[in-house]
Amino acid sequence: MYNTTYYAATSLADAAAKIAADGDAKFLSGGQTLLATMKQRLAAPTMLIDLTKLPELKGISVEGDRLVIGAATKHAQVASDATVKGAIPSLAGLAATIGDPAVRNMGTMGGSLANNDPAADYPAAAMALDAIITTSKGEYKATDFFTGIFETALDEDEIIVKISYEIPKKAAYEKFRNPASRYSLCSVFAAEVSGGPRIAVTGSGNEGVFRVPAMEEALTRGWTADAVTSVKIDPETMLSDMHGSAEYRAHLVAVLAGRAVAKAG
Amino acid sequence: MADVKLTVNGRKIAKTVPDRTLLVTLLRDEIGLTGTHVGCDTSQCGACTVHIDGNAVKSCTVLAAQVSGAEVVTIEGLAKGDTLHPMQEAFRTHHGLQCGFCTPGMIMMGVDIVNRHPEGLDEETIRKELEGNICRCTGYHNIVKAIGAAAEEMSSGTTQMAAE
Ligand SMILES: Cc1cc2nc3c(=O)[nH]c(=O)nc-3n(C[C@H](O)[C@H](O)[C@H](O)COP(=O)(O)OP(=O)(O)OC[C@H]3O[C@@H](n4cnc5c(N)ncnc54)[C@H](O)[C@@H]3O)c2cc1C
Ligand code: FES
Ligand code: FES
Repeated sequence: MYNTTYYAATSLADAAAKIAADGDAKFLSGGQTLLATMKQRLAAPTMLIDLTKLPELKGISVEGDRLVIGAATKHAQVASDATVKGAIPSLAGLAATIGDPAVRNMGTMGGSLANNDPAADYPAAAMALDAIITTSKGEYKATDFFTGIFETALDEDEIIVKISYEIPKKAAYEKFRNPASRYSLCSVFAAEVSGGPRIAVTGSGNEGVFRVPAMEEALTRGWTADAVTSVKIDPETMLSDMHGSAEYRAHLVAVLAGRAVAKAG
Repeated sequence: MADVKLTVNGRKIAKTVPDRTLLVTLLRDEIGLTGTHVGCDTSQCGACTVHIDGNAVKSCTVLAAQVSGAEVVTIEGLAKGDTLHPMQEAFRTHHGLQCGFCTPGMIMMGVDIVNRHPEGLDEETIRKELEGNICRCTGYHNIVKAIGAAAEEMSSGTTQMAAE
């Protein structure tokens, strides 16, 4: 790892001031992506500004028809928290599939969304549950937040504070792992929210997480697995790498969407 | 430089180290606790697993400065004098190791798994929970057996639990 300095931010304003003063600084949450990247010398921030001690980024609560989770909440907390399990069990279940127990004890929801790895799990939940992402500067709908692989609408000095998910009428997540990395090769979050059915896919899209309007449309005529498995996905929109071809992934989207819809019941 | 204060295996430690110092580096190079291993540089193998405030964490992917003030338990902190922790004893009786390189991480994760599952453990759960711990020797079978046996031993309460 290249040399760096560590700073524990004491307030949102303090964190913003620190990053404004040093253009090569970076925010640090659980470090399960950033420190791993720095160890490979693929990133060399001059300063790491730790956000996890900020009270604004903590807490889990139900507010009306929404579940609100602080950005510094660890995957392990989301997986085991009684409020999350009660409101959106599929979200708790998703968190329990991220990495392994030790990664889940450090990694955070805010870090995962800010990173927007094309195979990360939370982005699929955010898209399917009409999430609203509140930052130090404003609010984003999930559909406006994820702008491409490892790209988001965040400015360099913008901090994710909390994420609110609509509590769905029903929902389920189907994760198909790459057997080596254990990340998603293709995973589908299916949900029925007030705006209608939602199908969100991670791990497979060549522009990162995406929704499938044709499947959502088909589900408005009846919530059945058959409604989605018959929808053809264009391989041109799929990732292709040594782990799976675009055609294979396009096929997986339909199969997993069918399973997720059936699981949601 | 960062001033790092930790309680490691019950002992208070204060060290001034470069900010980029990983927890595992502090444990091994500064405090001489070399039982915690480094088996990869991709945060995947789990040989470096320790407990921070009672939770299993990969000490190769945490800055020492990040966890200043925390209680750390390493493999060296499990035994009570000459009496092995039930998890260590189970790895010995069930041949849960061959070369032993992954063992400290396996045992620390094993204790964490048992702590998180007071309802008891089946084989499937143990295998799933070991996702972040890689062993290139044993084929896992005896590791899974050892953790299952230790879980029973630990819950029967006949032997003392881990330091935390
Ligand atoms: C072995 C292993 C397996 C994994 N498997 C999976 C998996 O199956 N699925 C999955 O989804 N993920 C997986 N991950 C990634 C893991 O979920 C990370 O925790 C997550 O991607 C990043 O969260 P973090 O809190 O660790 O963020 P960090 O690593 O601290 O930060 C990541 C990025 O986000 C920025 N950032 C952090 N917090 C904020 C914030 N509040 N506001 C703005 N920017 C911020 C940082 O500057 C950095 O650029 C795995 C990681 C490892 C090491
Ligand atoms: S050394 Fe920490 S995960 Fe491999
Ligand atoms: S016993 Fe050799 S790596 Fe596990």
